[in-house]
Amino acid sequence: MTTAESKAPEVEPLRPIRSGRSRNHAEQWSWLFMRGSGVLLLVLIFTHLFINLFSGDGVNQIDFAFVAGKWASPLWQIWDFVMLVLAMIHGGNGMRLLINDYARRTWMRKTLKTLLAVCVTTIVVLGSLVIFTFDPCPLDASGDLLPGVPTFCEDVR
Amino acid sequence: MTATAEAPSKAGEVPSFDVTLRIQRMDPDGTPDHPAGEEYWEEFTLTMHGTDRVLDALHKIKWDVDGSLAFRRSCAHGVCGSDAMRINAKNRLACKTLLKDLNPKRPITIEPIKGLPVEKDLIVDMEPFFASYREIMPFLMTSGPTPERERLQSPEERARFDDTTKCIMCAACTTSCPVFWTDGQYFGPQAIVGAHRFIFDSRDEGEWDRLEILNDKAGVWKCRTAFNCTEACPRGIEVTKAISEVKKALNTGVV
Ligand code: HEM
Ligand code: SF4
Ligand code: FES
Repeated sequence: MTTAESKAPEVEPLRPIRSGRSRNHAEQWSWLFMRGSGVLLLVLIFTHLFINLFSGDGVNQIDFAFVAGKWASPLWQIWDFVMLVLAMIHGGNGMRLLINDYARRTWMRKTLKTLLAVCVTTIVVLGSLVIFTFDPCPLDASGDLLPGVPTFCEDVR
Repeated sequence: MTATAEAPSKAGEVPSFDVTLRIQRMDPDGTPDHPAGEEYWEEFTLTMHGTDRVLDALHKIKWDVDGSLAFRRSCAHGVCGSDAMRINAKNRLACKTLLKDLNPKRPITIEPIKGLPVEKDLIVDMEPFFASYREIMPFLMTSGPTPERERLQSPEERARFDDTTKCIMCAACTTSCPVFWTDGQYFGPQAIVGAHRFIFDSRDEGEWDRLEILNDKAGVWKCRTAFNCTEACPRGIEVTKAISEVKKALNTGVV
């Protein structure tokens, strides 16, 4: 050891890229997407909150009829759809970052990310179905209103 | 030792006070009381002066109380970067931190910097930290024949990377970063500071080699702008700003 101490420490040869080389600048796109979607979500969410909770009668106005009224308009259908998709991809990608941070073992990372992808896809599909197939006054086979539908359905018909 | 025990104090005498240091210790070989590798806290109460730094207190322990205490230091004047440690839960240089600035009425906690393997007491294995620095190729890269005279640079060109030339490789920034704590693969702020110093140097031609390395999965995009690094840097380097400049260069393609 005494002779080794006087020598300069050995320098490891350079490895050009360390573990987990990124594909096609994926992490850069993820970073840019988080900022882009963040700005859009800011507008979408706060307008949504303003319309639902402040304008008109405020919180008290929210009932089945209010939701049905909003979704009768394509504007709010598209609005809610974009909000749903962006929030889920933004939140899902954010969770992916956290999984990358905390899950050390490969199988754990793979499992959690698969689970996350399933959750995001399920919620986006179910949410979109509700937005675009929503019918406030469903009819039964004979063409009459189903029991339990809101009273305004009588007026609409 | 205290002022009251001696003859009437002389004018200009530095006041002294008692202070308790609570130090996180670990002996890889074990001690009679602690098995090998166990981390435990030990308290030392000392009489120190208003002009003393944390490093002076550590010296006093090592020289007069317990010679087994292990820590690194070299210059003792904030130049070499050897003695970064976690003092009262903040990364600082022991040689640049005055005891009186830390409220000596309460015990001062001292731990090794976080996120690197502890070798003994306050000494950590710096190799992962240096390995990240090596990977960003911290040396001048040029092409063409070597000029006969120095490579010229205007004051404006020099100012672009002036801040990041001040780094002393103490690791205070990297070991204050929450992303580094959870994911040891992350290059860490210091490696990005080291790369910044060459990327924005007009004499260097290796900027895109370095930027490509930092575009890696464990590169700049791992940064979540927590600002811990900027707060920790004993040299006052705006670390988070340097990291953002690297991100901007990658996003705009303009160095
Ligand atoms: C109000 C609008 C929003 C804005 C402006 C916004 C902005 C951002 C930004 C800029 C990031 C990246 C942080 C970084 O990389 O340092 C981020 C991360 C994240 N966002 Fe959002 N976001 C918004 C709404 C949401 C919503 C609705 C969700 C949940 C569905 C969400 C979940 C997340 C998660 C999980 C992360 C990752 C956290 C991390 O990386 O530590 N965000 N957000
Ligand atoms: S940037 Fe500052 S905190 Fe980080 S290693 Fe350099 S001198 Fe230390
Ligand atoms: S001992 Fe050199 S920086 Fe503190």
